[in-house]
Amino acid sequence: MSVTPAIDTKAATSGGKRKKSLVELLFEGRAFFALIAIVVVFSLMSPNYFTINNFLIMASHVAIFGLLAIGMLLVILNGGIDLSVGSTLGLAGVVAGFLMQGVTLPQIGVILYPSVWVVVVLTCLLGAVVGAVNGVLIAYLRVPAFVATLGVLYVARGIALLMTNGLTYNNLGGRPELGNTGFDWLGFNRLAGVPIGVLVLLVFAVVCHILLTRTAFGRWLYASGGNERAAELSGVPVKRVKISVYVLSGVCAAVAGLVLSSQLTSAGPTAGTTYELTAIAAVVIGGAALTGGRGTVIGTMLGAFVIGFLSDGLVIIGVSAYWQTVFTGAVIVTAVLLNSVKYGRR
Amino acid sequence: MSEVADIGQKGDVVLAARNVAKSYGNIHALKGVNFDIRRGEVTTLFGENGAGKSTLMKILSGVVQPTSGEIILDGESVAFASSSQARDRGISIIHQELSLAPNMNVRDNIFMGREIMTATGVDFAEEERQTRLLMEELEEDIDPLTPVEELRLGQQQIVEIARALSVNSRILIMDEPTSALSASEVEVLFKVIRDLTARGVSIVYISHHLEEALQITNHAVVLRDGAMTAYAGREEIDLEWIVRHMVGENFDLGSPPTGYEMGDVALSIEGLTVPDPGGAGYSVVDGLSLSVREGEIVCIYGLMGAGRTELLETAAGRLTPTAGKVVLKGRDVTGQSIAQCIRDGLVLVPEDRQRDGLVQTMTVGRNLSLASIGSFTRGLFTSAGRELDLVGNAIRKVHIKTDGGDAAIGSLSGGNQQKVVIGKMLATNPEVILLDEPSRGIDIGAKAEVFKLLAERAKQGLAVVYTTSEVGECLSIAHRIIVMRRGRISAEFGPDATKEQIMAASGEAVHAH
Repeated sequence: MSVTPAIDTKAATSGGKRKKSLVELLFEGRAFFALIAIVVVFSLMSPNYFTINNFLIMASHVAIFGLLAIGMLLVILNGGIDLSVGSTLGLAGVVAGFLMQGVTLPQIGVILYPSVWVVVVLTCLLGAVVGAVNGVLIAYLRVPAFVATLGVLYVARGIALLMTNGLTYNNLGGRPELGNTGFDWLGFNRLAGVPIGVLVLLVFAVVCHILLTRTAFGRWLYASGGNERAAELSGVPVKRVKISVYVLSGVCAAVAGLVLSSQLTSAGPTAGTTYELTAIAAVVIGGAALTGGRGTVIGTMLGAFVIGFLSDGLVIIGVSAYWQTVFTGAVIVTAVLLNSVKYGRR
Repeated sequence: MSEVADIGQKGDVVLAARNVAKSYGNIHALKGVNFDIRRGEVTTLFGENGAGKSTLMKILSGVVQPTSGEIILDGESVAFASSSQARDRGISIIHQELSLAPNMNVRDNIFMGREIMTATGVDFAEEERQTRLLMEELEEDIDPLTPVEELRLGQQQIVEIARALSVNSRILIMDEPTSALSASEVEVLFKVIRDLTARGVSIVYISHHLEEALQITNHAVVLRDGAMTAYAGREEIDLEWIVRHMVGENFDLGSPPTGYEMGDVALSIEGLTVPDPGGAGYSVVDGLSLSVREGEIVCIYGLMGAGRTELLETAAGRLTPTAGKVVLKGRDVTGQSIAQCIRDGLVLVPEDRQRDGLVQTMTVGRNLSLASIGSFTRGLFTSAGRELDLVGNAIRKVHIKTDGGDAAIGSLSGGNQQKVVIGKMLATNPEVILLDEPSRGIDIGAKAEVFKLLAERAKQGLAVVYTTSEVGECLSIAHRIIVMRRGRISAEFGPDATKEQIMAASGEAVHAH
């Protein structure tokens, strides 16, 4: 039997479709070009924009959204959504603030003042637990991701408000004699001139990029987001992957909460309200598909910087906050529009 | 159903294609096709996947416009801007992938988008009456108020046909209408087609099931690589003629590989029972026992609903049996996870490659390596080099026609996509491979290649179990043919069985060929 020749020609023709034109190249890098455009336009409009110091300040604003967006990217790659990250961020800040005030153990009459590293670890654990709750609800109890994380959004926010009675922890500095100083290090200190928050974002982005591109887990995530049934039949532990992404998203939110409360030197229970939407916007602007399976860390980072640099730029040139909202919305819709053009073509 | 407008005589040319060509960029999907569709007759398009059948259909139904050439409807040149324009002129198409809303009932699906309105809203009673008439005409006992998702795939196809009939189509294009139908449903469909043609409706029929299509067709158009290779009336053609023009030469689906000793029992299924997933109380697999030796190829034949899919899915760890055992090389693997089964060397190639086989968002290479990620992961990280080797190997061994592992999965033809799914599983170096309808929706050339590949691997000691619903495919490479009926084995044959014997054992009415 030799039917091979008949099919050879077909393969050759289908291969011809994959040539990249200039238009496609511009299209692929759209988030990058949007960022360049934003920088150029604002630099022309304000002399204060194009300075290293301003870029570092803006970057430390981006760090918060960027961290949330990394976690959100993992969830969206899986075909889910995590609406709870803003609340988790708030709750994490409050819990960190609570721990910094000292934990009273009435039974033995001792007040524990955990050191900052302990606070950081416990807060991250809290984020992981919140994420695990989301993950179990979604993977095992089959609650739709939208609903499960919406519920957790309310619950986490409620707990944060309950813990503080609606008030804000202001004293996060710690005291030298108790050995719990250094919380503001995260938000204020700089290494080689770069704010720590930005470095944290960089580390998370690099680790997550490696996770997605170089590990089995990354491959499992792209596969189960692209087609969960096919992934499962290929031996991918789809439920474990699903829970993991929500846990990682929770941890990212907790870290973002730490960075934010450290930057503000206060932990309020309403911190991070609607930040989940900004995070989703960053992921989408970065070219990820909400249906799952497509998206990169680099794209998401560009998306976060587009949003951050745009809104800060509007502040610098003195545009009203209301207009900022309008512009951000327009950018998001444009991004989704371009995504649907891209993924809808085949 | 209302009457078809009565113009012209049976046999008049109603629709003609003249030098119709279609190019996408520099790819010529269709090169100068000429044929006529005659009133009240069936014209069948034959061709392998990628030969240009779907492009031609899309042109005829107004979904895409030809690059050059013209379509002549009732003697005048027409250019449809959309499929709804074509439908207004009486041309309807039934796609292979059903386009029904599963959450809605049969009545609402049939009248979707053209509801019968009265002053006070939709006239549901009238719609229901017409739906009932249509169902009677199609001899299907489907209640108009049944949600479509509760119907079997074959019944859904009938609903789709009913919808096309309800718009008074003069020309009905059917893309693989029988692929999901049981033999008795095919009989009903053919009767419907004969009724329709008697009333002057012209049918354009596309099928991979050549013998079946020959029963019904009046004319045949054969396409190969976008060019029309033959056009002739029924009296001039036979199976061999079609195949010759489709692939350019003679060949068959192969014969059971010989010249080697089969090994020990590789897979043994003992008294396996699987309840109906819908909870209907009966068993889809009913105390079934089967064993397969190393190097043996076993074909499981059965009608839709015979329990073939459930049997394979249970063996591979997707479904959990209520009774019975699955033993792989002497080790009980019942109830293991799919991942564990793959590691132990028992793999499944699922029936529906779009839904269960491929990850559309990933490249050809990543699909191929998906089931064997562990083999190119060292410590925490995957090794790009090892993966490249694995993918390159798989592409070569399974003969996938692609311009590399980085190609998009959607750029492959159906047959090559199927080879990706098979190659993915073979890349895990299995002991036993279960294939559920491996030939579904792929052209005859790709079918032959898939079977040849399986035969080669069997010679190296792989135990192969595949299911099929085409008798011709039982009598190819299989050493043993098992016929399933209602969850049980109803007969077992050697490779010298006849088609009639096999079909009779499956409970299928033997139709005259």
